Amino acid sequence: MNAPQTLSRWAGPGSSRVPFWAYTDAQLYQRELEKIFYGEHWSYVGLEIEIPNTGDYKLSWIGERQVIMVRDRVAPRDRGTDHGIRVVENRCAHRGVRFCQQPQGNARSFVCPYHQWTYKLNGDLAGLPFKDGVAATDADGAPCVNGGMPADFDLKQHGLTKLRVAVLHGLVFATFSDEVEPLADYLGADVMPWLARIFKDRQLTLLGYNRQRIPGNWKLMMENIKDPYHPGLLHTWFVTFGLWRADQKSRMVMDSHGRHAVMISRRNDGGQNAAVTQGVTSFKADMALGDTRLLDVVPEPWWAIDDPARPGSTITPTVTMITLFPSLIIQQQVNSLSTRHIVPRGEGEFDFVWTHFGFADDTPEMTQRRLRQANLFGPAGFVSADDGEVIELSQDGFRQWGEGGSTLCELGGTGTEATEHMVTETLIRSMYAYWRKVMAV
Amino acid sequence: MSAQGVERLLLQLEIDQLNAAYAAALDEKRFDEWPGFFVEQGKYKVQARENFDRGLPLALMALESQAMMKDRVYGVTQTIYHAPYYTRHVVSPARVLAQEGDLVMAQAHYAVFRTRPGDSSEVYNVGRYIDEIVRDAAGLKFSSRLCVYDSEMVLNSLIYPI
Repeated sequence: MNAPQTLSRWAGPGSSRVPFWAYTDAQLYQRELEKIFYGEHWSYVGLEIEIPNTGDYKLSWIGERQVIMVRDRVAPRDRGTDHGIRVVENRCAHRGVRFCQQPQGNARSFVCPYHQWTYKLNGDLAGLPFKDGVAATDADGAPCVNGGMPADFDLKQHGLTKLRVAVLHGLVFATFSDEVEPLADYLGADVMPWLARIFKDRQLTLLGYNRQRIPGNWKLMMENIKDPYHPGLLHTWFVTFGLWRADQKSRMVMDSHGRHAVMISRRNDGGQNAAVTQGVTSFKADMALGDTRLLDVVPEPWWAIDDPARPGSTITPTVTMITLFPSLIIQQQVNSLSTRHIVPRGEGEFDFVWTHFGFADDTPEMTQRRLRQANLFGPAGFVSADDGEVIELSQDGFRQWGEGGSTLCELGGTGTEATEHMVTETLIRSMYAYWRKVMAV
Repeated sequence: MSAQGVERLLLQLEIDQLNAAYAAALDEKRFDEWPGFFVEQGKYKVQARENFDRGLPLALMALESQAMMKDRVYGVTQTIYHAPYYTRHVVSPARVLAQEGDLVMAQAHYAVFRTRPGDSSEVYNVGRYIDEIVRDAAGLKFSSRLCVYDSEMVLNSLIYPI
């Protein structure tokens, strides 16, 4: 292990210059898996509504470890205190087989195909063939028992890896860590109201999935959604139709560690405003939709909440982009809602899984609207397709230079404070300030 | 062969021609011609197989009129930043599954390869077309084309129609 070498490599103070090796070093990436994904952090696994019935399960990922999110049986007396959701690692305790292969389904128990080791939904080992050996007759004709596990073999010691699970407003998180603080503390008081705004006391409906494989380091996706600078420049739709651009009222919120963030903004009418459109080639002054249903925005009552920063006043964002370190992005952009799950695959690639949802009390028209606005997002989105593309090009740039290069994130200075505008890269800096601490680089 | 059989075969050939012309327009980047393969209120959808199979309504692209398709073409040619690439569609012979009056239901398999400058070709998107086709004065047009793709992962982004 040549970790000390890496330790000495972050040049300069602060976190406004991120070295290219933070994205390209394979060894460092292995340490990220250990310290971040398998360490003292909570990771998103899925939505409770994806497994509505007892025995329903779906496969998910924490880092490169595949896990099973499953709804266990819960005794009636425990139903007030136990949500019944378990997360176990998809790896047999016997010979390490990734035994569950169906991406989702319903099971009474989990059975490894190799030697039929059988687990309860909560991951306990229920039994295994020939545990007590096989009755036979020895050479002298006397009954005997062949083989079997050692007499002190204890089923209780050989279950699946069980993760700690926390369910917040229908979002399921899990962690391999026994040490990490409770989820609400992990997310922090500044972030929690923005999750409550979308999810609290609401029954979600699942609209479906989009999946893309992006050839870039996983952190680039987190940065992309902590970067309010680019949307009004890269994305024609955002600047032209006023969905996200620098002349909007906005706010950058983060938790006390700087690892999670919320980008909050309120759309304006778009169109010309020299301060933010002059010289911006992506701005299309004469662009008009042929079919305006693509952007048929209808405000929803839940958009307005008591402003957490100004008690007594109301705030009504049209967009909140929430990044929960390390692997979850939650999007509300007008009527489109999704979770986006980052699944790293080596230092230079990640899968990005979009789960679109609505609410159980949506009218059919609202459901249709959410589905239409989904045309803006995802791997083919009028807006989001750009993001995957520039992430790939970023990784290409880092790779071609090699040692010694770094990115420059100094819009709005080098500090890591919250702001009441979007002309800043503060959220990227704050994430890397935290990341440096965790990674000890 | 019966007269009915011949008629059916001709219809299938006609649909194959439609598919070939459609594929050529996309592969030759004549995107402005693409909405013209549909009737005015035609629908076009590209949907992951997992959503289709589970009855989940989300699609990767869901366009509900020629006008919306033109908006997509504007996106493809003017607004969506993407690294350049070209596609090659390989489409199987169509299967005519049903005919109801002027409406023909047909399906065909497709494979789309992507080639980027300086790169080798790669399998980009594989699936099937589930089509509803009508005849107007100019010939056959899609009233609905649903592309259900098997590919579990989109290779980063999907910009051009399939």
